[in-house]
Amino acid sequence: MPRKPWTRVTWFKAAVWLLSLSPVFWLAWRAWNQDLTANPIEYITHFTGDWTIRFVVFTLAVTPLRKLLKQPDLIKFRRLIGLFAFFYGTLHFLTWFAVDKFFDVHEILADFVKRRFITMGLIAFLSLIPLAVTSTKGWIRRMGGKRWQKLHRLIYVTGIAAVIHYYWLVKSDIRLPLLYATLIGLLLGYRVIVYSRTFSASSLKNPR
Amino acid sequence: MLIKKPADIRYSEVTPKHVYLNRRSFLAGIPAAFLGARELLAGAKLANVGKSKLSIDEKQNTYKDVSTYNNYYEFGTQKEEPSQNSQKFKTSPWTVSVEGHVAKPRKFSLEEIMAVAPLEERIYRHRCVERWSIVVPWVGYSLSELLKKVEPTSKATFVAFETYWDLKQMPLATPERAGIPLPYVEGLRMDEAMHPLTMLSVGMFGETLPPQDGAPVRLTVPWKYGFKSIKSIVKIKLVGSMPPATWNITNAHEYGFYSNVNPTVDHPRWSQSKERRLGEFRERPTVIFNGYGDQVASLYAGMDLKKYY
Repeated sequence: MPRKPWTRVTWFKAAVWLLSLSPVFWLAWRAWNQDLTANPIEYITHFTGDWTIRFVVFTLAVTPLRKLLKQPDLIKFRRLIGLFAFFYGTLHFLTWFAVDKFFDVHEILADFVKRRFITMGLIAFLSLIPLAVTSTKGWIRRMGGKRWQKLHRLIYVTGIAAVIHYYWLVKSDIRLPLLYATLIGLLLGYRVIVYSRTFSASSLKNPR
Repeated sequence: MLIKKPADIRYSEVTPKHVYLNRRSFLAGIPAAFLGARELLAGAKLANVGKSKLSIDEKQNTYKDVSTYNNYYEFGTQKEEPSQNSQKFKTSPWTVSVEGHVAKPRKFSLEEIMAVAPLEERIYRHRCVERWSIVVPWVGYSLSELLKKVEPTSKATFVAFETYWDLKQMPLATPERAGIPLPYVEGLRMDEAMHPLTMLSVGMFGETLPPQDGAPVRLTVPWKYGFKSIKSIVKIKLVGSMPPATWNITNAHEYGFYSNVNPTVDHPRWSQSKERRLGEFRERPTVIFNGYGDQVASLYAGMDLKKYY
């Protein structure tokens, strides 16, 4: 079977794959060198959490960037980047669930009920699952573009919940949570502006 | 070919007999030489350190664990930052002012601090409010030894402590960056301060403290959460009312003045029932008063520990 020649997009996709996986390589390298600090479990939890929220930001940035940079082809990378947000989110969740708490269901349930930052983290993670599941072309067809798009606005919930999760977690130094709050705020604010403009534009076209 | 036989050890290389015979006092003189030169560097070996009955018999953490995993927000809020950012911290000359309700207020140089009482090594558990713990061989003596020197009056009911604060030496130590008011302050009730377990530490692992662990002199209160054990002390003031404590000011709801280790009183955002001893995979249960209940529980007899957390 003849292979399709590698187009520019394919090369770019390979690069995105490699870049997106580089944090995992970095983590593995540090683990190999026994350089995961005196508290490796905490380090891995924070590391995977950091990369989850970064990839959520990257995912949310695709749509504004393709408009602002006039690069509509960027849309071809959105699913991949979004799936990496889910990938790091899963690693983050599993580190907490399987390694840190070691499947201690009793304590995990107590945490869900009592610790609001854990509840918020869980909301952020759960909201990513339907997006990952319905990320295939088949699901877009089955659901229909409009409904699919509506469902995938759940990523807004992910972003907000992730920021609150981070903000509630830190002890006193809130600079990083505030940075992500600003970034996600800008990216969501952009959508609000675009939406309200198209809304007012369309209402001008069709006066009641 | 003639191969020259190396000479036997020359007499000039042999330790003179009188030095040899006095080798113990010679070794003991090394830190004194450091002291005399006001060069009490971090990580200098401490001599004449006795053993203590207050030590626990548990596996100690490594020097690396204790010196690279630190909370010292003046040098950065991430665990590895203090060890990276504090290496130029100059701790000599150093003075500790002991003042307030005392008959003989005075300033102690570090050399004087080191000489207040015989130094002893005490292996203590150290439990952080963040659910991790370590076992550290501290070097120092009971804080009560120092307090006795200044003769507290009957008006002294609490002791207030203050950490060194200087943006030139600690460029990251702005309250905005650290998220806490500075200088860092802490306090103990008088009976807590006079308790033999409460330690003024000048070293760990047989050496002077590295900056990130609170050089040159810090408090060690093993039955309370780690943030009570204030670092790099410059002022000790005996006062007549409960003094402010940094984390308590920052968030009174989460950090009480007493902050005794207690598995039944949760931090509002996480449970305190367990802890991870650094170096261990599974968490271990946290023990009331960090396992020092036999010695300190009587200090809190009749007190509601849920109310006075």
